[in-house]
Amino acid sequence: MHEFDHAAATPMRESVRQALADAEPLANPASTHRAGQRARAVLEDARERLAGALGAHPTEVVLTSGGTESINLALKGSWWAARDEGRGTAIVVPVAEHHATLDAVAWLEAQGAEARWVGVDAHAVTDADAFGAALATGGAAVATMLVASNEVGSLQPVGAVADASARAGVPLHLDAVGAFGHVPLRFAETGAALMSVASHKIGGPHGVGALVVRRDARLQALHHGGGQQRGLRSGTQDALGASLFALAAEEALAELDAEATRLHELTTRILALAATLPGVRLLAAEERLPHIAHLVVEGASGEALQFLLDEAGFAVSNGSACSAGVARESHVVRACGVEGAAPLRLSLGRTTTEAEVEALLAALPPAVERARRL
Amino acid sequence: MLAAMSGGVDSAVAAARAVDAGHEVVGVHLALSRMPGTLRTGSRGCCTVEDAMDARRVADRLGIPFYVWDFSERFADAVVQDFVDEYAAGRTPNPCLRCNERIKFEALLDRAIGLGFDRVVTGHYARVEHGPAGPELHRAADWAKDQSYVLGVLTGEQLEHCWFPLADTPTKAEVRAEAAERGFLLAQKPDSHDICFIPDGDTRGFLAERLGTAPGEIVDRDGAVVGTHEGVHGYTVGQRRGLSLGVPSPDGRPRFVLEVKPSSRQIVVGPKEALAVARLAGTRVSHAGAAHPGLAAGIDVEVQIRAHADPVPARAQLEGDELVIDPVAPLTGVATGQSAVLYLGTRVLGQVTIDRTVAADRAPQPA
Repeated sequence: MHEFDHAAATPMRESVRQALADAEPLANPASTHRAGQRARAVLEDARERLAGALGAHPTEVVLTSGGTESINLALKGSWWAARDEGRGTAIVVPVAEHHATLDAVAWLEAQGAEARWVGVDAHAVTDADAFGAALATGGAAVATMLVASNEVGSLQPVGAVADASARAGVPLHLDAVGAFGHVPLRFAETGAALMSVASHKIGGPHGVGALVVRRDARLQALHHGGGQQRGLRSGTQDALGASLFALAAEEALAELDAEATRLHELTTRILALAATLPGVRLLAAEERLPHIAHLVVEGASGEALQFLLDEAGFAVSNGSACSAGVARESHVVRACGVEGAAPLRLSLGRTTTEAEVEALLAALPPAVERARRL
Repeated sequence: MLAAMSGGVDSAVAAARAVDAGHEVVGVHLALSRMPGTLRTGSRGCCTVEDAMDARRVADRLGIPFYVWDFSERFADAVVQDFVDEYAAGRTPNPCLRCNERIKFEALLDRAIGLGFDRVVTGHYARVEHGPAGPELHRAADWAKDQSYVLGVLTGEQLEHCWFPLADTPTKAEVRAEAAERGFLLAQKPDSHDICFIPDGDTRGFLAERLGTAPGEIVDRDGAVVGTHEGVHGYTVGQRRGLSLGVPSPDGRPRFVLEVKPSSRQIVVGPKEALAVARLAGTRVSHAGAAHPGLAAGIDVEVQIRAHADPVPARAQLEGDELVIDPVAPLTGVATGQSAVLYLGTRVLGQVTIDRTVAADRAPQPA
């Protein structure tokens, strides 16, 4: 099986698997005895290394169960705090965000939040002027944006949006779940108040993530209990998970430049071929994530296209699935102005070889052609 | 082979038998509901999260690839809307038959063939035999579970590409036992009886929501008004319940719906014996394989007018485009829109959607 769905989850790194296999049993890091102190040391060591990789201070790194929890904590926590402190009840949010964001915002709307939706262009790039205008109206509790589209791959105008947020005095959350480890990103330099990341996107274990919380960010907790992690995320901390995440992050950053160059070249070849196929359209902006090649096939069934490629040995994504397993129509593709076309996201990673890409280049044209006939 | 897996016992065992027979099998669950996120409550319906999961877990055990394919738009159009339109037109549709005709053995089969599969495997109780003139559809060994009625609408071309591995299973109990033996958690899952897109069973409420109210008159056979109604879609030929008539019947005997007339918004009621039908006919004919040569000149067959009705002796003849069926003894409970399936022994000769009926007491008497 050729893995072309690294953006969903990239295989665990060999070093991480080894570290997992070699792991010593750990006590609860909150325990005050010596065994607890040893676990605490493993945990804080991991937090410091993660902070280094994220360009943040260790105090700012709140470990979570993954991207979705981080995003929910960022948005709900910020919104509750702003509401209770009388700073506002609006949320500035682009329409092509991940479902973790969209669904959290929808839930907050039911609590009385005002969602100020910001449009995207035909490449799924957020309209920074409109974002700024939505902030300038006043009364915003929090603003949020992806660092790069997790579907199409286009990089987002982080600098302009961060400046506008700073001018308006509104905390900005960056969803870096799909971008961290693939493009250079230093939290302290972004101007954001909050940033979400996840371990399984960079070769760490599933079920581990972090929300970077600037020291001055006002936030209420989702979980209540032992008061761990600044009271923002109660619950026994996963020292082993944190250390494996840190290891993956350090490795990802160490190889980032070389991998970004290599994968950008490979995805460029895929996109160049795709552009020649009848009915295929490319949506990504010039500036995009290096490891994602996204295309839409007009007049094709996404289910058939995915089946044909899966059968031929290529694991690809035709969109996110609901709980029953039905691929949902992509709101991102729709926001780009494309209706009724089958999306196909081919995402590469560090295990992707040139030979695999060659094989994909051979398999893609007949699969697209056949899927368009069904 | 592509195994259509509903999440029920029958399709699970059918898929398992296809794997046992040495075929390369891929499982697929059809998402038919517009809201696939709903959880099951009470009786089982199609298209719930749990059904998709139950099907997926069977595929896991069988070690076959499994996909969920979204046919909800086609289903909404070809089955649900058809159901509503038919009632609005005063007819009584069978949505399961329509689903087999338009979804499982058309939309799904077309895609399966297009993707390189030879056949679609389902858990239907029916048998395909290969006769001298091509494929023939027959009743299953277990007549109590036989589903050839709802498959009667399939064409020879469709029958060529389907396989029903439960055809020869003596009883449903054996299928359940086999599912349990194979370790399928769904072995004791209840059968589905309701219309899957009306899980609460309230067909009248479902139709009223979509068709609103369109009040009209309830009349007797002579045209005298005996009551009013809120919409013809609430009535089916043969129905007795729910007729709140202001005028007592002249002979004090219960009255039944004899006819639904959407154009004049009238419901015609009358005594039970007026329900007896001497002739039923229609032009939407299909042959479940090659057309039987005897139909042109007239042939003695058995006709079945509902999924669980008993077959009765009848004479069937093609008159131009119209298939005309005269039951030997007058038949009650026949409504337009229903499918009349013809049998010769166990073999399905085809079916017709009933367009018109002739009441026994108004039929010309044989000379």
